[in-house]
Amino acid sequence: MAKTAEFRTCPTTGLKVDLNAERLIKANAVVAVVFLAIGGLFGLLVALTRWPAVHFLPADWFYLALTAHGFDVLLVWIIFFEMAVLYFASAVILGSRLAGPRWAWSGFALMLVGALITNVAVLKGQSSVMFTSYVPMMAEPSFYLGIILFAVGALIGVFVFFGTLVVAKQEKTYEGSVPLVTFGATTAAIIAVFTIASGAIILIPTLLWSLGFISYIDPLLYKTIWWGMGHSSQQINVAAHVSVWYCIAAMVFGAKPLSEKVSRMAFLMYILFLQLASAHHLLVEPGMSSEWKIFNTSYAMYLAVLGSMVHGMTVPGSIEAAQRARGLTKGMFEWLRKAPWSNPAFSGMFMSLVFFGFIGGISGVVMGTEQINIIMHNTIYVPGHFHGTVVAGTTLAFMAITYLLVPLIFRRELMFKKVAQWQPYVFGIGVAGISMFMMGAGTLGVARRQWDMTFADAALPFDYPSAAFLMMGLNGMSAVLAATGGLMFIVVVVGSVFFGRKLGVDEKPSYPESPPQASINQYGNAETLRIPGTVMLVAIFFIAFVLYYFVNWKYLSEVWPLS
Amino acid sequence: MAITPPSERIWWKEPIAKIELIWIIIAFIWGLIMFFMMIYWHGAGEQNLSNEAYKITAVRFAEKAQTMIDDYTVRQENNFPVVHPPPGSDVYLIARLWQWWPILELEKDQSYRLHLSSMDWQHGFSLQPVNINIQVHPGYDMVVTVKPDQAGEYGVVCNEFCGIGHHNMVGKIYVVE
Repeated sequence: MAKTAEFRTCPTTGLKVDLNAERLIKANAVVAVVFLAIGGLFGLLVALTRWPAVHFLPADWFYLALTAHGFDVLLVWIIFFEMAVLYFASAVILGSRLAGPRWAWSGFALMLVGALITNVAVLKGQSSVMFTSYVPMMAEPSFYLGIILFAVGALIGVFVFFGTLVVAKQEKTYEGSVPLVTFGATTAAIIAVFTIASGAIILIPTLLWSLGFISYIDPLLYKTIWWGMGHSSQQINVAAHVSVWYCIAAMVFGAKPLSEKVSRMAFLMYILFLQLASAHHLLVEPGMSSEWKIFNTSYAMYLAVLGSMVHGMTVPGSIEAAQRARGLTKGMFEWLRKAPWSNPAFSGMFMSLVFFGFIGGISGVVMGTEQINIIMHNTIYVPGHFHGTVVAGTTLAFMAITYLLVPLIFRRELMFKKVAQWQPYVFGIGVAGISMFMMGAGTLGVARRQWDMTFADAALPFDYPSAAFLMMGLNGMSAVLAATGGLMFIVVVVGSVFFGRKLGVDEKPSYPESPPQASINQYGNAETLRIPGTVMLVAIFFIAFVLYYFVNWKYLSEVWPLS
Repeated sequence: MAITPPSERIWWKEPIAKIELIWIIIAFIWGLIMFFMMIYWHGAGEQNLSNEAYKITAVRFAEKAQTMIDDYTVRQENNFPVVHPPPGSDVYLIARLWQWWPILELEKDQSYRLHLSSMDWQHGFSLQPVNINIQVHPGYDMVVTVKPDQAGEYGVVCNEFCGIGHHNMVGKIYVVE
């Protein structure tokens, strides 16, 4: 039955597209965007409440909205979109039929049902336990059940991806090794298996505990394993959005990796070391030794960070090499100045790269340093960091590639081109603001997940410095900007997908600019490779990294001696 | 391109460009520096957690805290006992919904063995404005040796979400000359 897959040929890329895969990509992407809209709205409500001058929601609604925000965007939006990325990176890029489309649909259904069950549990109001649901705080059983169903559905999708790799190999739909983007997606899928296994190991007992079949779950054990899921799932995002960067670089510039070997080794570092990150959440907990903390929090001597730093050079480097080969060779930055900044796929991707490195990446390594964590743990610096990675990094990259998916997969012309052109800037700058102002407030001690920073009803008074209030106000304004950018994205995508002009069977989309047909520049050629602009960008990044790292050691050295 | 199979079939034998190699080496060395910095700080730095912790029941921890409160309470403030324990002693701070109990009064430049534990859910010990943050678990007694180096009035904010009264959970520590 599966052998009778139907294909169409893409007029732009010449790729054979399995119609089953195409339908699944559409369904997953549409549901993802719906949850982005819902979760984003909750996020706006949270930010407006934490804006001291606005203080929008009452306390119970605030904690409810924060729980829903975390679940809907961090898990549901991102994983649904990642399913679309996985099917795209396997079936479409390899020109293969999708293995077991019925399994893929059942996984999709399970994820959707699970997401709805958990959302209902949260909205009923008895499960405002935050996305992390630390025991012994208890949610309704259906809260955990929904997450488990969602995870099982995602696991099915991951295995459909693996199956498709096998099918493509056996049916010889490509020659040689899989493309780099597929390799990166495979990295994401392998990490996903580990992630979902960790989630099952801890959430199934937690479900039984909330049903009364188990009397006790150790809070430290819960946290250790929960973060095996919670942090590793963010590493799926990293692997996925780095793949998306390479994919957009290839589709917009015809860029080739500088070196297949180096880029693939960098992905391999993710597979080997990223899972140790559970320790990032346990640096100030009782019961862990410093040896354990240091080894795990550094991903075994920062080898996974090394992977990201390598991608940080090879992604812009491949774009620079492609642009220079096309004749944009003047000075250090002509290649970047004359890049298609009005193409939202490129501008979104490039901002994602810069913000992920400078904001999310550096802050993550600094915060994950064993001792420095003491001055940051559970302050609002933490959400500042991960809005830099997951929103400015992952979400912005996923938005960027959506601008290519709409014409290529949905076969619709993009509507509201002006809105689309500005959207990555509005969203990107808003999110960068959210991240930096939260980090600023966290440095001043402001707690995360906290409704009232004035402590108006507390038995004992305490005041944060007034600069902290300013930071939270600026955070609120940035959130409004980011929400505007999010709304622009939804309007463009939903408008185009449902009401955009249908492209003819053989019609190439005119916007964003069609990818160049020929791939240019040779990788691995030590003589001809010239990427001075990228070298300069990387040097600036490195200096910022080193300075910020040691500045934080200085801050740490000023607090009370502890031993 | 990154969306097509590598053009050189034996891609793993292609040479690496010098500039990439240099960056890999720099990044690797930087990783080692950051790694050894944490170890170095354990010897040279003054801010390290001892990782000393014990399993304990809520009842037992509360008893120990009560003994300290009975022995060393110097005054009352807003219905909280203010406890002035002797320097060098074991000091207990109870985290519970939604209080840090009792108020502690410590002496500047003296060391104390501060015990932290929760009676119920997880809490976050966030000492402000110094910005020292430590997670507090139920069932675990975590011991941190603290040496306040500046006199003043400090707030203890809860920074782990602990239910609807979370934002009212504020405690106090005095440091006196």
